[in-house]
Amino acid sequence: MHGRPRKSATPVDENASALKAAKIRSLQSQFLQNHHNNIYTKEAQEINAKLIESNPEFMTAWNYRKLAFEHNLSNQSEVDKEDADHIKLIIDEELRVVENALRKNFKSYGAWHHRKWVISKGNSSTERELRLLNLFQKQDTRNFHAWNYRRFIAGLKDISDEKELQFTTDMINDNFSNYSAWHNRSVLLSHLLEKKVEGYFPKEIFLKEEYELVRNAVFTDPDDQSGWFYHLWLLDQTIKVDMPNLVSSWPPNGSEITNTTFPIVLFFNEPVEGVNLQTVSVQVEDDIFKNIAWSPLSANKFKCGQAWLTHLTIPFGETNSSKIFQVKIRSEYSQGIISSNGVPCSQHWSIAFRVSVCHDFQPEGQSLRRILMTDENFSTVDINSNVMDLFKSYFELASDYEQPTSSKWKSEMIASEIDQYRELLSWAECKIGKLTLARLLMANDAIGTPVAPNTTHVEEVLKLYSELMELDPTHYQYYKDEYSLVFLKQVASSKESLMKYCRQYKESTSSNITGPMCLRLNSLSLSRIGSFERLLWVQSLDLSHNQLPSIEGLEALQLLSCLNLSHNKIGSFMALDPLRFLKSLRVLNISYNEIGAHTVDTRRYLCSSPLSHTLDYDKKFEEFAAGDEKVVNFWEAYSVFGGLDIMQLDVVGNVAADERFKLFLVKLLPALKWLDGEEVH
Amino acid sequence: MAETESYPPIDPTNFDLIVVGTGLPESIIAAAASTAGKSVLHLDLNPHYGSHYSSLTLQDLTSFLNAQSPNPNINPHQSDTDTTAIDVITRPLYSDIEISSYDDSVVESSRKFNLDLAGPRVLFCADLAVDLLLKSTANQYVEFKNIDASYVCDGNGNLMNVPDSKSAVFKDKTLKYSEKNQLNSLFKLVQGHLEAVKSVETGVDDEKVISEEDLDSPFVMFLDKMKLPPKIKSIILYAIAMVDYDQDAGESCKDVLRTRDGIDRLALYHSSVGRFPNALGALIYPIYGQGELPQAFCRRAAVKGCLYVLRMPVISVLLHKDSGNYKGVKLVSGQEITSNKLVMDPSFTVTSSPSESPQDVSKFFDAGTISGKLARGICITKSSLKPDASSCLVIYPPRSLYPDQATSIRVLQLGSSLAVCPSGMFVFYISVVCDNALEGKKSLHAAIDSLFSAHTSGTTDSCSTDQIDSTEVKPTLLWSALYVQDLFEGLMGPVVMTPTPDGNLNYNDLLHTTSKLFQQLYPDDEFFPETSNTDSSDKLEDDSEVGIES
Repeated sequence: MHGRPRKSATPVDENASALKAAKIRSLQSQFLQNHHNNIYTKEAQEINAKLIESNPEFMTAWNYRKLAFEHNLSNQSEVDKEDADHIKLIIDEELRVVENALRKNFKSYGAWHHRKWVISKGNSSTERELRLLNLFQKQDTRNFHAWNYRRFIAGLKDISDEKELQFTTDMINDNFSNYSAWHNRSVLLSHLLEKKVEGYFPKEIFLKEEYELVRNAVFTDPDDQSGWFYHLWLLDQTIKVDMPNLVSSWPPNGSEITNTTFPIVLFFNEPVEGVNLQTVSVQVEDDIFKNIAWSPLSANKFKCGQAWLTHLTIPFGETNSSKIFQVKIRSEYSQGIISSNGVPCSQHWSIAFRVSVCHDFQPEGQSLRRILMTDENFSTVDINSNVMDLFKSYFELASDYEQPTSSKWKSEMIASEIDQYRELLSWAECKIGKLTLARLLMANDAIGTPVAPNTTHVEEVLKLYSELMELDPTHYQYYKDEYSLVFLKQVASSKESLMKYCRQYKESTSSNITGPMCLRLNSLSLSRIGSFERLLWVQSLDLSHNQLPSIEGLEALQLLSCLNLSHNKIGSFMALDPLRFLKSLRVLNISYNEIGAHTVDTRRYLCSSPLSHTLDYDKKFEEFAAGDEKVVNFWEAYSVFGGLDIMQLDVVGNVAADERFKLFLVKLLPALKWLDGEEVH
Repeated sequence: MAETESYPPIDPTNFDLIVVGTGLPESIIAAAASTAGKSVLHLDLNPHYGSHYSSLTLQDLTSFLNAQSPNPNINPHQSDTDTTAIDVITRPLYSDIEISSYDDSVVESSRKFNLDLAGPRVLFCADLAVDLLLKSTANQYVEFKNIDASYVCDGNGNLMNVPDSKSAVFKDKTLKYSEKNQLNSLFKLVQGHLEAVKSVETGVDDEKVISEEDLDSPFVMFLDKMKLPPKIKSIILYAIAMVDYDQDAGESCKDVLRTRDGIDRLALYHSSVGRFPNALGALIYPIYGQGELPQAFCRRAAVKGCLYVLRMPVISVLLHKDSGNYKGVKLVSGQEITSNKLVMDPSFTVTSSPSESPQDVSKFFDAGTISGKLARGICITKSSLKPDASSCLVIYPPRSLYPDQATSIRVLQLGSSLAVCPSGMFVFYISVVCDNALEGKKSLHAAIDSLFSAHTSGTTDSCSTDQIDSTEVKPTLLWSALYVQDLFEGLMGPVVMTPTPDGNLNYNDLLHTTSKLFQQLYPDDEFFPETSNTDSSDKLEDDSEVGIES
């Protein structure tokens, strides 16, 4: 069924197909007439069967069959109702029609669905279904319809997962180039693991054998991709931390901050739900705060997020003297915090930090001077300045979050896989070898030491991805994305590596907006960004001159007030959607991107859109846009910037940024002082 | 004598072609000629079809091997004045026959055996024989079964699975990961090469073509260039390409396989795996023995009007006295039949003392000289070599059994499911190309010693029960026949001589020769033309199948 070249049609074929079309048309009109008039006579059903046999893709015909089937069952005489044989006869006839349709087209969705529907009615032999499946799957081993149906029948017949697993083994042994078989294997093993079946739980029991099996496939033919995905699944099974857990927070545990109103961010290892007053307590000195509202930092509506946010205001004012408040955030009922696949957080955690309140702080400078993130405005960070102390306190403490220690078997398993793939690369230059090795090395670093991020292999991984970009230009962008993520992981891994990218502003007058320093990740040709859990402290971020199409995840940096995204590949305002969550943002540079350049935004799937219904339609916009119907076009910009107090904005160099748009922005952003370098009056 | 009277008269007495002997080449020529519309008379002196390609009961096999002594000279009949008769005799094809029986039960069930005279032999699913069966529609008379497994002997006398396909490489438990990669890379290279060759033929250029220089170099050098370790090389050369002579012997190697041919043989093997959805491996074997194949072609010929007479020896060939040209044959019944052409199986020759001038005779019977020798063996046991394979192929590459073993020894084990022996028994065919009987016998004995345990009379049964749990119990040898066969290649003359069974595992070379002989016989006729009906040729393309029972 696969890899057979199509033959071009000969005149004889064309005649035949014209004849066939005429025949189908005539059957079709007869059938439709019957259907409209609810005629379910034997003759009518035969016409339908003939039609289905010549064209199994005609969904209406299948629907008619379902109606006719119900009709047949309900319209039998009382005597017949007692007669199980009669029911069987009706079902058999139904299955025969489906079987003929399947012979005509193995891949007919309608036929497979109808068969499922009939079988679900009961009263038929699943034994026969299994025989039929064996026949089908022998003829077309990779047909996913058949595999799907097999899972359905196996469930109905209560065939053990082990037996089905053996079936996948046999199929893989016959020809391992079978995505469906590998996929079903992962499904079955997940079941077995979930049900804790002996021999499959805990997972290290089967993982080793599975690694060997897929290694045989990958090493025999490294170009055959079917095994790659399975290996990826195994690797994921190996390194996956089975439960959600807190990995970092703002403010960090043990730190000291000086603002009295500040955001609190809890950052988890995976998206979770259920962060609320019952599950997490916030205590200032001795008072447990009850009017705290946690919200996920995520654009989707599933009430689920990797980072959760709340704002806290320290109540003070009774005394004018400086005071230090102890704040404690604790998991109260960690089982209430649940990962997206339903696993509860089982580890308790608590974060404590101090807030020192001083009264000599200045209100935000209303007479803002334009902030320029250019090289000449930065200097290297003075290691003797007090900035360093603050910085240190973020980093030396950030590793405090207790992580479950990973088992020894994991590191052993991955170490042995690494050895195997290094060997593969020693005799064959192949992309899957390099890619897998890169993934394994990253996995090794991820589980090697639970305390601090391990970057032992980062250099090697970066080299592998660079080689892959050359070796396999088709998937250049994927490798580039991975490269960017690994690179950022390395940058964010330690204070020392971060320091290399931190700069101090020469002018300190606007420091309450820019913060004491700026993380400059400019001109690194990054195509993706990540490692946000280690960047929660960042107030000023320069990502200019990269190749970013999106800034997904940036919403976790709640302190961010200055952001430079100029000279990137942002294609639409919706790609900037995370900015909605950054309420501290004052200075934004999105100049020289591609906003408005793509009439059809092919990258839209990366971001939410008005059509995805993740945003509530805002009535205010209508009021706002009243009188200027064209403003409707700026809906996206409105939904992103509408709630922000941006004071300085650069949009020049985008197709969308024409004069009318600028006027719109001035209207939209009342706090705006500078637009594209010009003072707004 | 009464018997002579029982020879039936043949009518008509003139044919386009007379074929003597019902071996595979003769049967194919008879079928092809009948298909081309010629009138054909097909004769055999034996009571069975197949001549030297037949499958016989144990008793018949023994007598056939021994009955190769020259026929007693029948008194020359008085011929017409314008005709010269040259007496023909059969010459012995088999020598050094050694038959040993260690267990009466084998001989007692003699009739339940269908033993191949020309074993070991199999068909590759994509080889010429299968193509010819399909093309001639003779496939409807034969059914096949898979050979379950194939093994190759490593240097230490262990039998390893032959990883002959991508899935076999994947499944193999003995190969290292690097070896798996190397083997599959070679398979892919061959495939890529073939596709490239195909696309060059159709005008599309591809860079994957193996260089001409490489194609002309010895295959073994090419494999060295690919940095394949000796173990893998040995598997490819002897167990997949089925090479006879030691390719590492350098200058002294009698038959060096060129890369071009090596690739072709790999390609044949590979296209055989999976050609038919119901055939699991590359190799198939006809149920009831190889003797079914000549019979299938004979039936094909008979359908097309060929006349068959068995038990009918030809005693002389008739020539026109004046011109000295071929005229016809004289049968043992005394009847003279004329034809335009004559094809004879290679065991026929002329009497050593013809009254006629020797030049004339040699002109007709330039049957050639012995072009080589083959040692063959048939062994019978009551147990299988490997518990999970009832039929299998075993290859002993050169030097694997003893240091001066010059050629590979091939062994084919068949079980009763192929209807070649009583149930519970197994037949082993062994063959080796050799220079002389001594060398051939030495190889056969070495293979037998390695495969079987000697029969220790009486105690065997208890012995085998004791060892039943040990996996490496060798089958006990119950019966064996060893013989040396002379090789003749087919020859084109006024009388066409067909080739004897060769030492190959498949029929490819024989079929090449046969089709060439036919083309020389009838240059204007096609060797089994494609059926004109396009529908049925489409059908062949889509689901052409030889009957393979699984």
